[in-house]
Amino acid sequence: MDHKVVGKSTQRLDAVAKVTGRAQYTDDFFERDMLVGKVLRSPHAHAKVLRIDATKAKALPGVVAVITPADLPTIKFATAGHPWSLDPGHRDVEDRLILTDKARFVGDAIAAVVAEDLLTAEKALHLIEVEYEVLPHVLTAEDAMAEGAPVLHENRPGNIVSSFGVSFGDVEKDFEAADRIIEGDYETSIVQHCHIESMSAFAFVDSDGRVVVNSSTQIPHIVRRIVAQALGLSWGRVKVIKPFIGGGFGNKQDVVVEPLTAAMSLAAGGRPVRYCMTREEVFIDTRTRHGMKLHLKTAVSNEGVLQGIHMQVLSNTGAYASHGHSIAMSAGGKFRPLYNFRSIKYEPKTVYTNLPVAGAMRGYGTPQIFFALESHLDDIAREMNLDPVALRQKNLITVGHMDPLSKNVVRSFGVPQCLEKGLELIRWDEKRKAHKGQTGPRRRGLGMAAFAYASGTHPVALELAGARIVMNQDGSVTLQVGATEIGQGSDTVFGQITAETLGLPADMVHVVTTQDTDITPFDSGAYASRQTFVTGIAVRKAALEVREKVLAVAARRSGLSPAEMDIRDRQIVETSLGRVICSLADVAMDSYYDRILAAPITSDTSANVRINAMSYGATFVEVEVDLETGRVEVLELWNIHDSGTIINPKLAEGQVHGGVSMSLGAALLEQMLFDPVTGKPLNPNLLDYKLPTILDTPTINAAFVETFDAAGTFGSKSLGECPVISPAPAVRNAVLDATGVAFHKIPLYPQVVFEKFREVGLIPDRQAERSVQHV
Amino acid sequence: MFDICELHEPETLLEAKRIFNADPGLKVIAGGTDVLIRMQHGGLAGAGLLSLRNLHELEEIQLLGDGTLSVGAMAPFAQIFQSELIQKLVPILGEAAVSMGGPQVRNVATIGGNLCNGAVSADSASTLFALDALLKLQTLDSERIIPMKDFYAGPGKVNLLPGELLVAILIPREGYEGMGGHYIKFAPRKAMDIATLGVAALCRIKDNCFQELRIGLGVAAPVPVRCFEAEAYAQGREVTLETVQEIARLALKPAKARSSWRASKEYREHLIEVLAQRAVAEAVKRAGGCCADEK
Repeated sequence: MDHKVVGKSTQRLDAVAKVTGRAQYTDDFFERDMLVGKVLRSPHAHAKVLRIDATKAKALPGVVAVITPADLPTIKFATAGHPWSLDPGHRDVEDRLILTDKARFVGDAIAAVVAEDLLTAEKALHLIEVEYEVLPHVLTAEDAMAEGAPVLHENRPGNIVSSFGVSFGDVEKDFEAADRIIEGDYETSIVQHCHIESMSAFAFVDSDGRVVVNSSTQIPHIVRRIVAQALGLSWGRVKVIKPFIGGGFGNKQDVVVEPLTAAMSLAAGGRPVRYCMTREEVFIDTRTRHGMKLHLKTAVSNEGVLQGIHMQVLSNTGAYASHGHSIAMSAGGKFRPLYNFRSIKYEPKTVYTNLPVAGAMRGYGTPQIFFALESHLDDIAREMNLDPVALRQKNLITVGHMDPLSKNVVRSFGVPQCLEKGLELIRWDEKRKAHKGQTGPRRRGLGMAAFAYASGTHPVALELAGARIVMNQDGSVTLQVGATEIGQGSDTVFGQITAETLGLPADMVHVVTTQDTDITPFDSGAYASRQTFVTGIAVRKAALEVREKVLAVAARRSGLSPAEMDIRDRQIVETSLGRVICSLADVAMDSYYDRILAAPITSDTSANVRINAMSYGATFVEVEVDLETGRVEVLELWNIHDSGTIINPKLAEGQVHGGVSMSLGAALLEQMLFDPVTGKPLNPNLLDYKLPTILDTPTINAAFVETFDAAGTFGSKSLGECPVISPAPAVRNAVLDATGVAFHKIPLYPQVVFEKFREVGLIPDRQAERSVQHV
Repeated sequence: MFDICELHEPETLLEAKRIFNADPGLKVIAGGTDVLIRMQHGGLAGAGLLSLRNLHELEEIQLLGDGTLSVGAMAPFAQIFQSELIQKLVPILGEAAVSMGGPQVRNVATIGGNLCNGAVSADSASTLFALDALLKLQTLDSERIIPMKDFYAGPGKVNLLPGELLVAILIPREGYEGMGGHYIKFAPRKAMDIATLGVAALCRIKDNCFQELRIGLGVAAPVPVRCFEAEAYAQGREVTLETVQEIARLALKPAKARSSWRASKEYREHLIEVLAQRAVAEAVKRAGGCCADEK
């Protein structure tokens, strides 16, 4: 299709604001008489709070308020950023209090101080006396499920948050009839989002007596609801404002600091209070990615046809449910529409432990599942002496595939082309040959992995998006959406969709980026790679409505019917002749100032999107492994996507860079570590938590196979989370290719790699050899 | 926000020494990249700081008349690795300097601060140790010059007298002249990280034999150490793969690695041997030697 704006790398709308420092983030706003909030955290992994004495803290000059659980409503609330469900059986797990009288992890929030400055607040924390009854704790999912394990939440006596599985076909029958049954265990570590901007909010009570919360959030409308629920307020009494955001990656698809910040302001008589977490607090008391243990059992024919798969997943969700119940379930849906299994049995268990809370993080459980599945497929290929790419190619679904459980239909499927492209781009055959017969301490290898993902959450959850367009006097338009720009570039894409529909250049669409729940249309926010797909549909709908109104005014002027006209490059033209009738600005002026017919052209609409589109792709990678040090270096990487039509290639490439870097971090370096005895975090800072730096990041190559998906606006599908899924297993498979050693757990941290190499005899134990010689 | 009760910012070394003499309890702060981190979360609460950052006289890198290279204690790492003198005479120190932190840290962190912080992982320490560097320390009314080995008292502890400041690092001519060197910082990340192990190797080669070899290790023991046994072994020997392997093996002798959650003793010891071999092999090459069929 011939597009003017869609498919072009138009400049991101916020580019200049961001690079010149004009973009204002939550911490850039100041209110008069602003106070500071700080939190007292539990030093114990599991302990009952018996007594809190805040007398001394309250007496410290500069302290305005000290808040303890006793000062707050005892309403348990759910923090997960999902649309509210009218069906009580479908709601998120309500297991959290703003401050807790029972600590469930080291760092759980016990009390809070509101003071005139940060130092006073910190000093006051030391003056709060807390008496704990220390309880036994559990750190692993296995321990938490063991007989007699300490119980974290009374209403979940076995510590299992959720174990709802799904299946289709008869997997047992397929195992019975199978030529081969191959099993494998895989494990991923707990990692974190590491968004640049901290979790931060400030709140005050405005002149109407309403609670105003400014927050760095992906989900302003949901924050409004949950703040109201947690504090027992009527929802309309809360207003949430979201300014520019410095990254979220799912951590801010959760309500973390806002209810407490609001409570702090209420405790201070409505004065503005800022609560901005330190990086250490972000590590300890926001959300993490679930560490998962997966057992895969696959029935496969001698010809390499995948028949049935049984996937058991143990997911450690930490001290509170957050998104835990939903993540294992959701990820179990994403991997299905890729390989043509005739039977699948998916059995997840999500378990409470006394660790920081796991929640939503880019990919929402899917990176863990695909790490296991794609590693498993390479293990199968190796065991059966099949080519790993051919094994995948042989087992792909085709267009028209309908998932038997979700009933989602695959309308576009570019995986075969992604695989072809990957093989060609990385020069697979040529390098394979060159790698043959390597010796010496540095070995190279090739690996790949494919993935599937969805666009939004349909049919699991509501997919509602709002859009509002007002045409200005000059023919430009102002677009408001309820969706949240968090750095991914969604505002720019919405602007492009609007511009394309209305025959405008990109710079004549003004997108309001600040969200204010009083003003902006309703939308559940930035998550599930839903914005371009779901909100895009609402934006397109609003733009089409404006177009219709424009042509109605033009029809009045020209006497033609609207069907005979079009808007091209800010002009109304008679389609068949290409003749200019008038400018768009003329129509806009009529709409504002015609003495009889004036009616400004606007649209205020929403779309309830009840369809999904599967996105796909693959990563191809070449690594070099230093056998002696255990260091794995990525030499070349291609991250290839079928995300339908790419609306903005530059922004799409940006998504790829960010996602790949995140996946490589998880593959090679990142993990949150805890003292196995006390449960205390060992590395809650960016020195000891090894987030890759730019020097650790290889050149990331993005490539796209542009299919057209009828369900998406201009044929587009999701992309936001997709790049984070396949790099980690591709790297793992490349290390397998280079060394013959199959790793089953990420990250492939140098020491771990070294230990494994030594275990399998790939590198000599020099000291042991010598001691033998000396004997 | 930091809990600082007073801040002195003298303009001259003399003034700094006077202030420090009057109140030896002050915490000296140079670039601040270690001190300020320690001050977070209530550490060093209520400290009085003596800032040296206006003492530009201590930033100078100069070649003294006797060939000694003098590096001012307040020279930031960025200046060190960009210095022509350093690149010409002791490129290994430039290598160590550029391996430190990231650009922002290197712009403010100073070599003197790095040493006085006493961290065993200090990238400059193992290299200076291998360079036979001396430290020039001054109080208001005294001066002493001590070798690196006398400076380190234990993990995070250095031998500084009350009121004493490190003013310069002196690298004598014999420390660097005609030497090829290589510093390997092994860390999980390639930037903004602390070393799991640091190996600095320097050698002088004649007729493909070791005339002299010096190896400094960081994070191999509670303090930076020299590998004297390996060095003595090398003396006069021909450069061969076997010699270098034996040197690497002997480099383990002074190591007192311990296990922590960051790395196990076994892994650190393995790294010492592997990286000592690589560092020596590269140093040999840079010194004009040839280590046949090196890996």
